[in-house]
Amino acid sequence: MKDGIRIKVGELKSQFGIVKGLELSIGEIIEEKWEEALGPTPFPSIADLREWDLKILERYKPFYMPFCDLCCLCTMGKCDLTGDKRGACGIDMAGQQSRIVLLACCIGAATHTSHARHLLEHLISKYGRAYPLDVGGLSVEVEAPITRLVCGIRPETLGDLEAVLDYVEEQIVHLLSATHTGQEGAYKDFESKVFHAGMIDHLAMEVADIAQISALGLPKAEPNPPLIEIGLGVVDQAKPVILVVGHNVPPAADIMDYMEELGLQDGIELCGICCTAHDLARYNPKAKIIGPISWQLRFIRSGVPDVIVIDEQCIRSDALVEAMKVKAPLIATSEKDCQGLPDRTRDPPDEVVRDLVEGNTPGVLILDPRKVGEVAVKTALKVAPKRMKFKAIPDVEELIEGAKRCRRCDDCRRSCPNDLDIPSAMARAAQGDVEGLAWLLDQCIGCARCERTCPVGLPIHSFMVKAAEKEIKEERYKIRAGRGAIQDVEIRNVGSPIVLGEIPGVIAFVGCANYPRGGVEVAEMADEFAMRRYIVTATGCAAMSMAMYKDEGGKTIYEKYPGGFDAGGVSNVGSCISNAHIAGAAIKIASIFAKRRLRANYEEIADYILNRVGAVGVAWGAMSQKAASIASGFWRLGIPVIVGPHGSKYRRMLLGRMEDEESWKVYDARTGDKVYVGPTPEHLFYAAETKDEAMVTIAKLCMRPNDTPRGRAIKLTHYIDLHRRLYGVMPDDVYLYVRTKADIPITIKDEVLRLLEEKGWRETVIPDPTLLPRLIRVQKG
Amino acid sequence: MRQFEPWQIAEVPGPKKALLIPKPDVAAALLKRSRRPLMIVGSEAVEELAADEPVLEYLIQISTAGGIPMAATMGAAGRLIGRGVKLAGYMPAMEIAERLRDGSWRGFDGEGPYDLAVFVGLPYYMGWLILSGLKHFAKGLITMSLDRFYQPHATWSLPNIPRDEWRKTVKALAEALEEG
Repeated sequence: MKDGIRIKVGELKSQFGIVKGLELSIGEIIEEKWEEALGPTPFPSIADLREWDLKILERYKPFYMPFCDLCCLCTMGKCDLTGDKRGACGIDMAGQQSRIVLLACCIGAATHTSHARHLLEHLISKYGRAYPLDVGGLSVEVEAPITRLVCGIRPETLGDLEAVLDYVEEQIVHLLSATHTGQEGAYKDFESKVFHAGMIDHLAMEVADIAQISALGLPKAEPNPPLIEIGLGVVDQAKPVILVVGHNVPPAADIMDYMEELGLQDGIELCGICCTAHDLARYNPKAKIIGPISWQLRFIRSGVPDVIVIDEQCIRSDALVEAMKVKAPLIATSEKDCQGLPDRTRDPPDEVVRDLVEGNTPGVLILDPRKVGEVAVKTALKVAPKRMKFKAIPDVEELIEGAKRCRRCDDCRRSCPNDLDIPSAMARAAQGDVEGLAWLLDQCIGCARCERTCPVGLPIHSFMVKAAEKEIKEERYKIRAGRGAIQDVEIRNVGSPIVLGEIPGVIAFVGCANYPRGGVEVAEMADEFAMRRYIVTATGCAAMSMAMYKDEGGKTIYEKYPGGFDAGGVSNVGSCISNAHIAGAAIKIASIFAKRRLRANYEEIADYILNRVGAVGVAWGAMSQKAASIASGFWRLGIPVIVGPHGSKYRRMLLGRMEDEESWKVYDARTGDKVYVGPTPEHLFYAAETKDEAMVTIAKLCMRPNDTPRGRAIKLTHYIDLHRRLYGVMPDDVYLYVRTKADIPITIKDEVLRLLEEKGWRETVIPDPTLLPRLIRVQKG
Repeated sequence: MRQFEPWQIAEVPGPKKALLIPKPDVAAALLKRSRRPLMIVGSEAVEELAADEPVLEYLIQISTAGGIPMAATMGAAGRLIGRGVKLAGYMPAMEIAERLRDGSWRGFDGEGPYDLAVFVGLPYYMGWLILSGLKHFAKGLITMSLDRFYQPHATWSLPNIPRDEWRKTVKALAEALEEG
């Protein structure tokens, strides 16, 4: 563990005066309590893992798809980069695109880091630096796998996490500086830095989540945490309602605490949207979850929330404008999202409450979570009877009259990210049939660009919400609260079957709600793979969307499947920052099951995961820069990520070429020979056009060079079965994945053998695969 | 709305924009001139199958009459195969695009690189990005969009046109190729 030399002085009298409570931290030393030898890359700089990155990029080459032809980042521009042109600074289009990807990942990593820093500062001020980390009691000995792997330290207390964030912040500054005009220009090096940003992001997420799990008592690696209510229909509208939106839970937690102090836990409804909702429900299962990020407008405009509390990230920039429409006071609680409101942190709470209740101000900024708790609760109690749930949703007659004013200009459709046929639905509504608008809401991502562009100012999103009012009221589902880390014992149980391929894969459904055809597709995919006994995990908005559909028996996916990290389990790991536990699980398979050295040994562990752990991330609605940095952290670890069609807007894919034999050769660590292992996994980052395509590709990308024949046969069974069901034919690339005849699924052996013969297939060996020459046990020559 | 504005309002391309295909004969001439054309059909063309006059039927005619091999994205392949359409190959849209970018790719039939790629039926924004990737990085490749929305990153694109007019246009193109 890295530790500072700390000097604490209670009181010091000197010639300059009296100093009280002085604390000095000088330098850092490496603590020797951890017996594991330090690996080669503790606290790696931005170039220390470059060699590993370039190996990956040699196989998975970037395919760039620019948004536009220009670079607009400096005053020498705009520069036209079409064709072979270079900009005034000398950059070419590949460099510019990779630079933009790096910028996005730096934004994402900085956002999680800033969140982690604020959270950690808050928890340290409340509980002290010496507060012990505990993410799973005796069930979790490897409490911080990413920190151990990257930094080479073993944190024990909240204070120990500060050194991790110091490192993370330093790296982000270096990475961001590389995007300045006149610095990095080579696309491959930008891409290496993208990987670094992703790894740094995963560290920040881990710090944030293990700190809050430890100090706030969130579920500690609990396979079956409580079921939480989720949906727009779960709120008891007869009570005052407080809505929290964002990602940083302390203000929401303090609202819950204050309610309990007053004995009001059953007298007020506290509900949330996006990751704050996840973490609040982890903090106290009485909290309710409304839904993912895209549910903001529909819920605020419903008029149900009496007070809206925002913290940070994924909050609509027009939250205050929308809150004002329904006369709900808004409390901003983060210096990163002040919404232009007056800072009332130091004012007496009752004065702030009075101003909010009397409408002297539409909202306030309060940067003290404890005070937020008091003000939010008192305001809700006083405002609720006055508001009478004032709505910004029209009644049906207004909707129909509005629809009659529609000019059918198509501007709404042309502004809609999903190209929804709003004009046709409006034409039906003008005739009194609002079903078309109701149907659109299922596929609407709640951005309201349609409204902003409408030349006659129709509140189109509100029309959809009204049209679907009945369905919305019936939205009542169950989601398992975020469990946090994966237990070491769970890893021991599944490590062998995953690495041998007998559990066909670990599928992580993560990310935002920018879905092409609604969240139902995520639920369907998760159900399919859980039924096939893959390990299914989820975080963030995807975890919520998966909960919002019921099977024929009326059960949600979380009621249908157990919550353990096991074959056929469906676990909600938690909020966005809980993605660290998914990466952590892959790392722990290498360290706990395979007993690979973990400490500062990044390349070897990533090499292990890439070649042996059949894990795939699916971010079907990926939208944000955070989603980009989360994905890039998985890429560096060797875990492929599939995004939905909107994910193509990240402007760069990382694609393998199945026919390029040389790129699919690895070293056999037993002999040092280079061995062809087939395109496993074929891609590292890839946007699928449809859900069917994603499902087939998920099954395919779970294959790894290390699969045993039995494991490969199981994985091929799923791949072929899905391909045949969804495409009606046998996949024509099966021969690439069969190494020996023992790999062939027994039920279709003859059919596959015929295909292999047609392709001139030859048997190959199954190596002990690695991309790292230093891991070859018998060195030749 | 002008016919050669991007269909999605904020999608502004830059200085190099697609030439408009003013009438089907122009597209027919371009296709006839091509030595190694390829047609790539995406998921949205397949969704058209429910229409009285599905565009897909005309696309098959174009493929047959013009000697243009038809490939499908994975989003379209299943239903095309189920319908008995003979495909030159099928792959995820991203994989086809990445290979078209590479001048050394020998094509689905191994006969050499394509010189003209006709796209139809990708979601608009995916088409936008793929065509941009090809515009910037696929040297010597001409791209054509036969969707009913203007795709400015293509070399040649149809304008924004109503669905009925689109069907007529694609039908006329098929007939022009059949006439030789």
